[in-house]
Amino acid sequence: MTTLTPVLSEHWDEKDSFTIEGYKRHGGYEAAKKALAMEPDAVIQLVKDSGLRGRGGAGFPPGMKWGFIPQGDNKDHYLVVNADESEPGTCKDMPLLLANPHVLVEGVIIASYAIRAKKAFIYVRGEVTHVVRRLNQAIEDAYKAGYLGKNIFGTGVEVDLVLHVGAGAYICGEETALLDSLEGFRGQPRLRPPFPAIAGLYARPTVVNNVESISSVPSIVARGAEWFSSMGTEKSKGMTLYSLSGHVVRPGQFEAPLGITLRELLEMSGGIREGHQLKFWTPGGSSTPIFTADHLDTPLDYEGVAAAGSMLGTKALQIFDETTCVVRAVLRWSEFYKHESCGKCTPCREGTWWLVQLLRDLENGKGTATDLDKLLDLCENILGRAFCALGDGATSPITSSIKHFRDEYIAHITHGGCPFDPQASTLFASAKAGA
Amino acid sequence: MTTAELVDMITVVIDGFEISVPKGTLVIRAAEKLGIQIPRFCDHPLLDPVGACRQCLVDIEINGRAFPKPQASCTIPVEPGMIVKTQLTSAVAEKAQRGVMELLLINHPLDCPVCDKGGECPLQNQAMSTGQGESRFEGVKRTFEKPVNISSQVLLDRERCILCARCTRFSDQIAADPFITLNERGALQQVGIYEKQPFESYFSGNTVQICPVGALTGASYRFRARPFDLVSTPSACEHCASGCSLRTDVRRGKTLRRLAGEDASVNEEWNCDKGRWAFKYVTSAQRLSHPLVRNSSGDLQEASWPEALAAAVAGLQGKRTAVLVGGRATVEDSYGYSKFARVALKTNDIDFRNRVTSNEERDFLATAIIKSEPTYIDIDRADAVLLVGFEPEEESPIVFLRIHKQVRKRGLKVTAIASKLSIGNEKLKANFISVVPGTEPAEIKKQELSAKSIILVGERASESSGSLSAVVELALKSGAKIAWIPRRAGERGALSAGAIGNLLPGARPVNNIEARVDLAAAWGVDSLPSDNGLGSEEIWAAANTGEIEALVVGGVDPMDGEKSHEALSALQKAFVISLEIATSNVTQFADVVFPVAAVVEKSGSFMNWEGRSRAFEAAVDSLQRSDLRILSMLADAMGLPISLPTVKAAAKEIASVGNWDGAGADFIATKPSAPHTLKKNEAILTSWRRLLDEGSLQEGEENLAGTARKTVVVISPKRAKAIGVVDGDPVCVSNAHGSVVLPVLVEEIHDDAVWLPRNSRGSHLLATLGVASGAVVSVVKE
Repeated sequence: MTTLTPVLSEHWDEKDSFTIEGYKRHGGYEAAKKALAMEPDAVIQLVKDSGLRGRGGAGFPPGMKWGFIPQGDNKDHYLVVNADESEPGTCKDMPLLLANPHVLVEGVIIASYAIRAKKAFIYVRGEVTHVVRRLNQAIEDAYKAGYLGKNIFGTGVEVDLVLHVGAGAYICGEETALLDSLEGFRGQPRLRPPFPAIAGLYARPTVVNNVESISSVPSIVARGAEWFSSMGTEKSKGMTLYSLSGHVVRPGQFEAPLGITLRELLEMSGGIREGHQLKFWTPGGSSTPIFTADHLDTPLDYEGVAAAGSMLGTKALQIFDETTCVVRAVLRWSEFYKHESCGKCTPCREGTWWLVQLLRDLENGKGTATDLDKLLDLCENILGRAFCALGDGATSPITSSIKHFRDEYIAHITHGGCPFDPQASTLFASAKAGA
Repeated sequence: MTTAELVDMITVVIDGFEISVPKGTLVIRAAEKLGIQIPRFCDHPLLDPVGACRQCLVDIEINGRAFPKPQASCTIPVEPGMIVKTQLTSAVAEKAQRGVMELLLINHPLDCPVCDKGGECPLQNQAMSTGQGESRFEGVKRTFEKPVNISSQVLLDRERCILCARCTRFSDQIAADPFITLNERGALQQVGIYEKQPFESYFSGNTVQICPVGALTGASYRFRARPFDLVSTPSACEHCASGCSLRTDVRRGKTLRRLAGEDASVNEEWNCDKGRWAFKYVTSAQRLSHPLVRNSSGDLQEASWPEALAAAVAGLQGKRTAVLVGGRATVEDSYGYSKFARVALKTNDIDFRNRVTSNEERDFLATAIIKSEPTYIDIDRADAVLLVGFEPEEESPIVFLRIHKQVRKRGLKVTAIASKLSIGNEKLKANFISVVPGTEPAEIKKQELSAKSIILVGERASESSGSLSAVVELALKSGAKIAWIPRRAGERGALSAGAIGNLLPGARPVNNIEARVDLAAAWGVDSLPSDNGLGSEEIWAAANTGEIEALVVGGVDPMDGEKSHEALSALQKAFVISLEIATSNVTQFADVVFPVAAVVEKSGSFMNWEGRSRAFEAAVDSLQRSDLRILSMLADAMGLPISLPTVKAAAKEIASVGNWDGAGADFIATKPSAPHTLKKNEAILTSWRRLLDEGSLQEGEENLAGTARKTVVVISPKRAKAIGVVDGDPVCVSNAHGSVVLPVLVEEIHDDAVWLPRNSRGSHLLATLGVASGAVVSVVKE
């Protein structure tokens, strides 16, 4: 049985966990002091050695990204933290920033020092005003304490941190679209190469890392690479935040070593709501192909999930019980992708427009059996043809749901509509049942 | 290509064929070289790759490692060991392309039968080659209100748009006018303008041309014709000295549209809106169709050609005659005027420069310019560009695009010596050296250039005495090249054709006896007049005193020079033969009027600022004769034949007469004029003509005029404060001749200067003030 390993979330239950005092009470900013006494390259090596992989979805090791930044090039370097958490189902970075914003600030200091960046940015999604407020306060307090600015801890190291509030576009979570948006343009993904490590923000070498990736760095510096890599599996090291939502008794964030299974996480979260059974779930947000009860014992690490045909993504486990219509759920997600498609490339822009119409017809019983083939063929014409991963993500729930639940789609056609009672899947329905 | 320019070649295999292409070549271009056409929309060879439409997907492997998914061939440069499989050999690429095509069409209205682009539409064509035949889409299409006027001349049908971003990239990257952008997102993404800020770019027409669908259409052409009903003729633009290659599309004898032609060494694939959309003057109601002769009661009356020729011969009999030919004549016509003056009139009193000019300029042209051959490539390679009396965007827009290309690509250093910082020079990030009109020479001499630099001199440099002398001095000192870029299309050619008082055709100095003998032999005449002739201003003056008794005037507006009132009284006094396409300010004074063919109705050639020949054929059938033919008829009637019956004959003779390779004239420097002292509320006038203004060739083009820049008086913040005005307040600029009242714009301009457009709506300086630059005027709040 795997046990939880709270590191980032260790003190979330303390009332003042988000304050600088609360953070310092447990050794906050000591890691930054330690890092700034090291050579920057040694910090990069330490993060590489820890085996930390990117927590934003793709799993690319931050240490390697840092190593790509050309040194001695006499150019400004930038660190950009991607806090534009918008993937449906994903709710790890926002709770982390609410409860413990200083761990990110400390991570920013260390990472900026390592890549020789004097300026760092946090790009936070604009809808979460409460997170913005806490981050702003944290940054202000860090400046006051001399942890940010011209002469950090009196070492002469300079890091300025700017909080940039996004305007509500899922695409801005894509790192190059984020950079465009940060520069004041409309967020649309950029052509690569050049990669951000060579020409990123303002065409300067730039590292873009996820909130959780950067927040993991202070603990690695404080406790060592060995400690970090003692957790997790062979190629997926360390602890991470799993966020459970949907039809579970106690939804929320669970910090555990990589490789934990849903069966274990369900036990910790009180299981599926009473009287119901697991039907399907996403391992890493809506862009990752869905799983079913057959995958309860799939190790939730990068390799394990990939081997089972999906992606670990953001470890956003959306749990659906048997009351949920899979067609309806997929339609909802598809509507999201249609709404969020940036419009730059044809497959994503036009494809999502069409997908929604096909799914809506199917859900309403107006579809035909050939529509399923059309839907799958259309997904084939979008997957791997779009400019960025948004288009790919839009096809995942559709293809995977047809793979696992083709009969349910057919049932919509033969039934002449949705055979489910949409109310049964709502939370208030279960509250009523429980009462 | 010299050895220094040898580039690395990379060999790749495309569909089983090997090809070597220069390093950096995109896969889609390499395929083109093999004749393999990969379908595409957003790709354009002159724009940065964007990879947005995804139509050009192909399978690629490099050294045995295949990309996991098809790649956009318009974004990937070739690499050693690359093997490319296009739709011809890869089922995956083929399906990917068909898939994208189907998606492109789901939201397209398929209104080809009523679309301007139908018949010449890349979407239509590639839907035929790469599409499914029938769509599987049965849903609801995205709809928009249509069309939207994004300027008075460009209309946008958002439904047809496939969002390839060619137009927005062109406007941003090429024209430096990012006035249109993509707005909104997803399928609702659309091209748009800023609220209340229309797409007023001088180059907007190019977006219509490169739009791969019918989303952008020109207001003047919309719904006028189907492409398959048009007859296309390669043409040369008559509007300026840039030398654009054009395509003229004609239906039933009428020009319906003009497109930018492709000429990599000149205009690449672009032109300006004037070149594209100003051609209705040819069909204006003012066009002359028959010769006119002034009868005994003093009225102009239609006459037969023999009657008109006889009247002309009689009128010229025994009179000292001068020739004024406008700067818009073709090389062949200018040659005709030049030879007519020398052979039939036995005079060197001829000038093509009917504008503000000087003898310094004439010397400059005969020495520094006549044999120089600067090219666009000199701009491409220059380490610095100096602009003297020249506003590229307003006065030679393709030169502007070329400079901008290098500014964007490699930060080419541009320096502008001018009184006012212009919009164009701001876009070129030019180092603006602010001068009071008249003090340019001192600043020119201070410039530090190298042998790799180029000085672009405009015709307005002649308006500041000593400027051209300073340019010559600077070029001598630094080794920099000089390029003279006049505004009008015919001036460079007229210089070569000797339509000027100090030069005979082919760079032969008038005062060089060997040159004269050489030409006389070629022409088969005994001798040629040996004294330098008068310049245009001197001709007007001599006609006023009666020294000159007759004028042969072709394509000239007497209001184009300073002292326009003198020109009018000269016309009144002299016997005037006018050759014109339409009634003009000369017609009312003319004794004999010959109607001539417009450019589109005849063949011929222009010589652009590089000295490059821009030959063209007649695009429409017409009974009108060229100036040359009429001059030849007139010379015959006078018994002094010039033997130039056709344009071909003239071209042949020009080639055989060739260029004089003997000694040229020496340049004698001119001193700058003494500075003016200014009293309270006085300023020195400065002005230039805007690209879109009240020029006679833009007549009747209301859509085009709608995008002209606003007519304003520009003064400095200091002067604005002194006279108590803010932006938009009416200001009166006046002198003894007249006054102009216009709204003021407070901008970066020398404190002692005031700027107005020279010939825009409500601001016709030469007609109202009789001056255009360098003169003292009063500037007061109205």
